[in-house]
Amino acid sequence: MSVATRSARETVEIRLSDGRSRERNPASILFLIALWFSLFFGVIVLVSLIVDTAISGAGRFDANLFTNYESKLDKSTTGFRAGILGSIWLMAFTALLAIPLGIAAAIYLEEFADRRSRFNRLVEINLQNLAAVPSIIYGMLAVAVMGLLGYQFKGIVLGGAIALALLILPVIVITTREAIRAVPQEIRQGSLALGATVWQTTWRNTLPSAVPGIATGTILGLSRAIGEAAPLLMLGMAMVRWDPSSIESKVTALPMQIYHLSSMPQEEYQVAASAAIIVLLVMILGMNALAIFIRNKFQKSW
Amino acid sequence: MSVSSTTQAGSPSGAGLSAAPPDLSAKRRPGEMVIKLILRMATLLSVVITFGIIAALIDPALAFFREVPLSDFFSATDEPGAVRSAVFPLMVGTALTTVIALALAVPMGLGAAIYLAEYASPRSRKWLKPTVELLAGVPSVVYGFFALFFVTPVVLQGWLGLDVNFTNSWAAGLVLGVMIIPTVASLSEDALSAVPQALRQGSLALGANRMQTTLRVVLPAALSGVAAAVVLGLSRAVGETMIVTMAGGAVKNMALDPGEPHMTMTAFIAITAQGENPVGSTSYNMLFAVGLLLFVITFVINAISVTAVRRFRQEY
Repeated sequence: MSVATRSARETVEIRLSDGRSRERNPASILFLIALWFSLFFGVIVLVSLIVDTAISGAGRFDANLFTNYESKLDKSTTGFRAGILGSIWLMAFTALLAIPLGIAAAIYLEEFADRRSRFNRLVEINLQNLAAVPSIIYGMLAVAVMGLLGYQFKGIVLGGAIALALLILPVIVITTREAIRAVPQEIRQGSLALGATVWQTTWRNTLPSAVPGIATGTILGLSRAIGEAAPLLMLGMAMVRWDPSSIESKVTALPMQIYHLSSMPQEEYQVAASAAIIVLLVMILGMNALAIFIRNKFQKSW
Repeated sequence: MSVSSTTQAGSPSGAGLSAAPPDLSAKRRPGEMVIKLILRMATLLSVVITFGIIAALIDPALAFFREVPLSDFFSATDEPGAVRSAVFPLMVGTALTTVIALALAVPMGLGAAIYLAEYASPRSRKWLKPTVELLAGVPSVVYGFFALFFVTPVVLQGWLGLDVNFTNSWAAGLVLGVMIIPTVASLSEDALSAVPQALRQGSLALGANRMQTTLRVVLPAALSGVAAAVVLGLSRAVGETMIVTMAGGAVKNMALDPGEPHMTMTAFIAITAQGENPVGSTSYNMLFAVGLLLFVITFVINAISVTAVRRFRQEY
């Protein structure tokens, strides 16, 4: 802290010599303005992104956008029915795969595992690493898994759900662990003192108390999965013109359709893609808002 | 928490009791053993995933290297032949967009973090922090679209009048930077907030103003956490796919001019995966070789970040 000491001494000397407050000198004010700017820079970009996209997609907010399939013949009424339904299906099966596994792993790590054992430390570091693995690599893993399961064509609901579930599993484990850790020790000790086993304590006391936190983390994880396109690209998802009907039906997702249309030269497709982006953003912002609402409404403070 | 699930039978304390000590050992509960086993398996899955990634990448990558010598892979120019195997141009593309992204995201993210941790009132922080984090929620395909149809034509070519290509590293890198601002900001803010109040009070009591306290006391004390935040942002930037695929271009390019299109490693993977290469061909397998390289790079970056935090974190 020698730097701090020196600077503080200089300050005192200067202050004694002129007797003025240094809180409002030009440097401090410039610094504060720079901080303000960096805080609002991202927000400015976000707002201009939304406004620009909304303006260019404004002509296409009609029923066709939701009810039509992608069309090569009539470009001005091309729609995102396949993508929207596909995204919903993918979300449902991703949740089905990732949430139970993620919560189970988090419970084990927080309530049962011995912190000091080498293996569990390894698992912890491993989870941190997995959370930062590029999403396209999870697509490659899903390709291999689908190959092992014996599927020739991998762009089906099951393949997409596996890719997205693998992608968000570390996120769900990490957020669930934080939620479980936030439950005070007294609640567990009270239950254990009354003779409950560790599992009974977890199931009847710890988990119910942690539900708001777990729900928030899970929804945020799913909202990340719904916007992902890179892993689905690896699976070779292509344009489809039908609704998904089983886990083995070929499927596309809203981000995939947006990517596909934005690579087309025709103006109509870009307008449609802009409108679809607004739909996607509304879905994601809705999920984020729900997560924040749950956190603020149900989060207990002990 | 780690609570042992078995209870040791303690010695009876009542000295005058003549009856045999009560059996205090835990009842056997086979159901709970099964549950514990299932939970343990779910935990093991995370390790299985890591090994699965490595196995899924190494197998086709080895097949690729049986066909193509390492020197053709780690090379600046494509050898004449069917497989365009040079990987250095892809690494140049990745490095270029990543540097541009970090040059934007580090000052902006750090500035936002300093404001949130040191200047914002608790009430305004409650609103500002989710707003900044909203940037991380925007899908990368949306950012890619924005970079392609707004940043390049309107901002770069229009407002700034730069002579840039339709796809270029400026647009991809800048938008990528916006995407990782929340990563840098959120983790840096945690690090800054963890600096104990006593250090700030000491500095202020000695007459330093808020800016001096922040820059000379709080920031140095939180440096390891801030470094980890930057490194995590770096690994996000290296691994991001859609923005660079859509707005960064699909040309292998060794030139360092960001106004030209550059294909990055991730863009190469995405573009090749959509191509017509039959599964199992050498061109298709190259995708996994590049994927393996990408995985190793991000893995090393993350390992540096984790160790940096562990080793240099000061416990207050």
